[in-house]
Formats: sequence, C-alpha cells, structure tokens
Amino acid sequence: MLRVIVRRLLQLVVTLIALSALIFIWLRNLPGGPVDALLGERATPETRALLTKALGYDQPILVQYGKFMQRILTGDFGNSIRTGDPVTEVIGRAFPATVELALAAMIIAVGLGVPLGYLAARWRGRFLDNLTIAGTLLGISIPIFFLGYLLKDVFTQNIHWFPPSGRVSTGIDNTNVTGFFVLDGLLTREFDAAADALWHLLLPAITLATIPLAVIVRITRASVLDVLNEDYVRTAEAKGLRHRTIRGRHILRNALLPVVTAIGLQTGALLSGAVLTEKVYNWGGLGTLITDSISGSRDYPVLQALILLAALVFVVVNLLVDLSYAFIDPRVRVR
Amino acid sequence: MSLLDVRDLSVVFQRRGERPFTAVDKVSFTVEPGQTVGLVGESGCGKSVTSLAIMGLLPRRGNKVTGEVLFDGADLLKLRPDDMRDRRGRDIGMIFQDPLSSLNPVIPIGIQVAEVLERHRGMDHKAALKEAKELLDAVGIPDPMRRLKEYPHQISGGMRQRALIAIALACKPRLLIADEPTTALDVTIQAQILTLLKQLVDETGTALIMITHDLGVVAGLCDTVNVLYGGKVVERARRHELFGHARHPYTHGLLNSVPRLDSPRGERLHAIPGSVADNIPWAEGCAFAPRCPNVVDACLEGPPPLEPTATGGDLRCNNPVSEEVAVP
Repeated sequence: MLRVIVRRLLQLVVTLIALSALIFIWLRNLPGGPVDALLGERATPETRALLTKALGYDQPILVQYGKFMQRILTGDFGNSIRTGDPVTEVIGRAFPATVELALAAMIIAVGLGVPLGYLAARWRGRFLDNLTIAGTLLGISIPIFFLGYLLKDVFTQNIHWFPPSGRVSTGIDNTNVTGFFVLDGLLTREFDAAADALWHLLLPAITLATIPLAVIVRITRASVLDVLNEDYVRTAEAKGLRHRTIRGRHILRNALLPVVTAIGLQTGALLSGAVLTEKVYNWGGLGTLITDSISGSRDYPVLQALILLAALVFVVVNLLVDLSYAFIDPRVRVR
Repeated sequence: MSLLDVRDLSVVFQRRGERPFTAVDKVSFTVEPGQTVGLVGESGCGKSVTSLAIMGLLPRRGNKVTGEVLFDGADLLKLRPDDMRDRRGRDIGMIFQDPLSSLNPVIPIGIQVAEVLERHRGMDHKAALKEAKELLDAVGIPDPMRRLKEYPHQISGGMRQRALIAIALACKPRLLIADEPTTALDVTIQAQILTLLKQLVDETGTALIMITHDLGVVAGLCDTVNVLYGGKVVERARRHELFGHARHPYTHGLLNSVPRLDSPRGERLHAIPGSVADNIPWAEGCAFAPRCPNVVDACLEGPPPLEPTATGGDLRCNNPVSEEVAVP
C-alpha cells in the first residue's frame, strides 16, 4: 500500500513539472500581458522596456522558467502583479472559500444522488425512475451559469429566500479560524455567523451540485441495477436477511465502487463549475480569482500557481479515491 | 404429514411485449422429513425456477406463481413477504450453483456466515462469529479461525461451496435446497461436496431437494427422483426403480447418454436428438414428442396424464419403454 502511495506521489511530481512548463509557455504566448495591463495603452516604449526588465520578462523564456522553478522549491511563488501581495497569501485567502463551496456541493450531490439512484433502480421503469432519468438529463445539460442566474433571480429577487451574493451579511462579525465560514461559526460558537454563512452557501452549492448530482444519480442507478442481478444478492435473500442489511451490506457496498470513482472524476467538474458559480454569486474564491487574474492583468504568478493548485487538488483527490477503493474492495488490496 | 408438499405449482413468465411462457407447469411432489428428493432435467426444464418459487425468491414483477407450497401444512405462497423472510435461512436453506458469485466479494467469510445466525438465532456478533467458526470447522474447512477474516477470492472453489453449505445449514433448517451445487466445481471436489452433503443430511436429519442434471449425483444421493421435462414432471420413481427400469423415453435417453468407461472402444456416445428448443407446448401434446424415439399418434393429440405405475412411481407417457428393457 505504501509503495502504491509513493509511486503515485512521484507520478504527481512529474505531472506537476510537465504541467508547470506548459502553463508557463502558454501564458507568455497569450496576447497582452502584465506590462500592458499595468501601464495602459499610452505608455511609451521606454517605460514599457523598463517595466519588462524590472519584472524579468525580457529574459529568454527558459531562463525565466528556471528561476520560477527555483523559487517554487523554496515555497516562493512570487507576488501578484495586480495587488503586489505574495501569491501564497492571495490564494490562501480564496482557497477555503472554494473548498467550502465544493464540499457543500459534493455533500448535496452524494447525499441526494446515492439514495435517488438507489430508489430509481429499485423502482426501475416506474414513475420515480422515469422522473429521475428526465431530471438528471436536464441536470447534465443545463449550463451552470444559466442555472445560476435563474436560481439567483428566482430565489433572491422574486422570492427573497436567499441572499443574492457574497459569503456573509454585512454586520455579521465572524471570527476567521479556518476560512470555512460555516465551520468557523460553529467552532467559535458564533451560531448566528454559522447560520448566516450557511444561508449564503446554500444557493451557490445547489447550483454547483447539479452536474455531479446528475452524474452520481445515473451511475448509482446503473450500478445498483447491475448488483441487483448478482448471485450474492440472491444468496442474501435466501438467508432471509432484513431489507436494510441486504441494502447496506450487500447491494450498496458493492454498487458504490463505481460511484466512488465518479466522485473523484467529478472533482474536475467541480473546479471548473466553481469558476462559473463563483462569478454568478460573487463568491470570492479561487474561481473569482482566476477570472480576475486573466481578464484584467494577466497576473502570471497568480495564474501559474492557481492552475498548478487545481491540478494538485485533482490528482490528490483521485489518489484518495483510489485508496478508498482499496479500502472498500478487498480484491484491489492484494494486487 | 409431509414436510414439503408442492401441489400444482405453476410459474408463468409474463414479460411485457412477450407471449407468456410457462416455465413450471402444475408440478406436484412431496418431501418427507429427512428424505432426499431429486429434481432432474436438462437446462430450461424448470427445475431451478421450481426451487426459486418454493423459496419465494422469484421477482414478483413479471412472474405469476400459482398452486400451493405447503411447508409443515402452511402455504408458503400465501405468506406475507416478511413472514417468508423469517423462514428463509431458518426453516429452509439454499445452496446455489456458482459458489464464487454466490458469495459477496467485499465481505469476509466470517461475517457472511455470522449474519444469518444474528438474524435468525438472535446471537450477538461475537457469539455468531464464534459459532461461524464451529460451522466452518463442521463443513471441513481447515484453519477456520483464519478463514473467518478472509474474502471469497482468497479461498478455493471447494472451500467456497463448503462455506455456502455452512451458511445454508447454520440455523439447522428442516429443508435444504441444493441447486446444482457441484456443477461449477472440479470433479474431485464434486465428490467431496456430495459426500459432505450426504453426511450432513444424515447427521442433522435435514430433508434435501437436490436439483441436478447429473444422474451420477442422483445415483449417489437421492431417495426419490422427479424427472422434469418442459416444466412438467414426466416420471417419478424411487432411485433403484429409476436406474433399473426407467420407463419414460426421456429418462431412458438421459441414462443412456451417460458415458461409460466399460463400453467398447469406438462406440459412439448416445445423445438425445434435438434440444429443449424443439419442445411443443404441452397443450398440443407431449412436449418431448418431437425428440422421442417411441412417439405414437396419441402423443400429438394432447398432453398425456401423469399416472401411477405398478412400482409405486408415476409416469407421463403413452408409449413407455417396456419394463424388460434393461438400462445398459
């Protein structure tokens, strides 16, 4: 098991190095750039040259990349061009917001998706099943920004159930411990702050959850249908076991294997969905940061770090998924 | 009173958009306490469906089950699903064909044995595991303590079937149904499993319904044999009668098609011509008629009735093999 983890971590390092080179070259070949962004259109060639030199962009790209990698190894990702703050700090502020949003979305997707998928399979061909299939098709095909604005319009403008944007109401004095506002509120026993944060969180989380939810429902349904036909389920029935034992121990435990894989792969969808969702609800997480960093200033240092972070998260989550796979399925363990 | 009295059991598959198919057609037979009864026939003759119907394991959608299955006088088909659930595994145990796929791959053997004890005998988990170890020992699994924690893929095919037997017999049921329990096993292991079954049945006094297409299994184990063809019982006889004087041409064909080591070299194997796909519906005549060497006109005019024979069995045939013809 340890060898598997070590091997996967080594693969991760190689992946990240290759990815960093790609991002580095790609970013610097985009039209525009930090110099244009900072100086505006009317800057003289002299000031441009000076700033380019000051930022180190006049050097060959390989030299720039070498220096970048050198600094990364010491944990220095440089400073944001837009704000001048260290990149680690800028990202550190936004990261918990996105993680909180993504976790909430995943809890909704798994918490609703697995039971719904199971029920759809058990009532195959009946009304609930057909409704679920139609619903998931809609969930997968509806663009996330459209759904976001739709929900926002309905639930914050027409009926005022939820706040339109942000993570916290003005006037709420929340103490920042972990950066997860709901958790912070609970930890510091500021329950009004926790409730307020949750109230802000719900609508964006539902928006972000739609696609993973639809995927999880579908995969659970297909997987449960497969398992229902397995001989060991018939054996369990022949033993006269109670429904809940058969459901939990014999059906779901086997049916969840593909679902767990899907959860890992959906992390990618969550990251890209977060960009759109955060834009709609002005969430102030990594998604907001990434759009701001591209559109205005071509904030190279921030963008590089962000994309690497996204890749890191994706790979680590999938590593965890593979490890949990081995935990659930003993047949994987021996290999 | 018989332990199990199956009366006119019929199972009709009714799938949407398809013509109804009668898989089991008014099958009746009895099992006395401690007796071993064989259900014999080719694939598709309805023997497995019969056993699943007795156990109440056929999906209710798409299957119409009629008739009576009297267990200790109570009709199992009329029980509420939860009451039947209480009986399965406790009063009636069942062993299936493929021991690998019949065990849950992600749960240790010990728990799979223990859970049935917890369910029906009210044991706590610890006591059930302890009892599970005893049971594994009793079915001849070496080092049972270690096996408790192992998973199905880690033990051999023979041991898996032994584990399934341990599960089926855990609550000392009065009836055990074995659905082709040796088909998926090596020949040497087959003999071991049959010996084990015989020994356990003798020791515990459990009645056994042995479902098989293998007449060798019947010869070694069964007191009475029901031969099924096309969903109907075509011949019923005590074991010695059947092997000595099979009357139905189908049974006769089955016995003849068993290869023998002492037959002359170069002699071709006997086979029953055609396949179950050639059946005609019972309503039009004898389902076996298209493949039958003894077919007469009456066979195509309607279903022959099941009639008692002189030797105490039953026979459904217009032109049976004469009693004098000795089976090779």
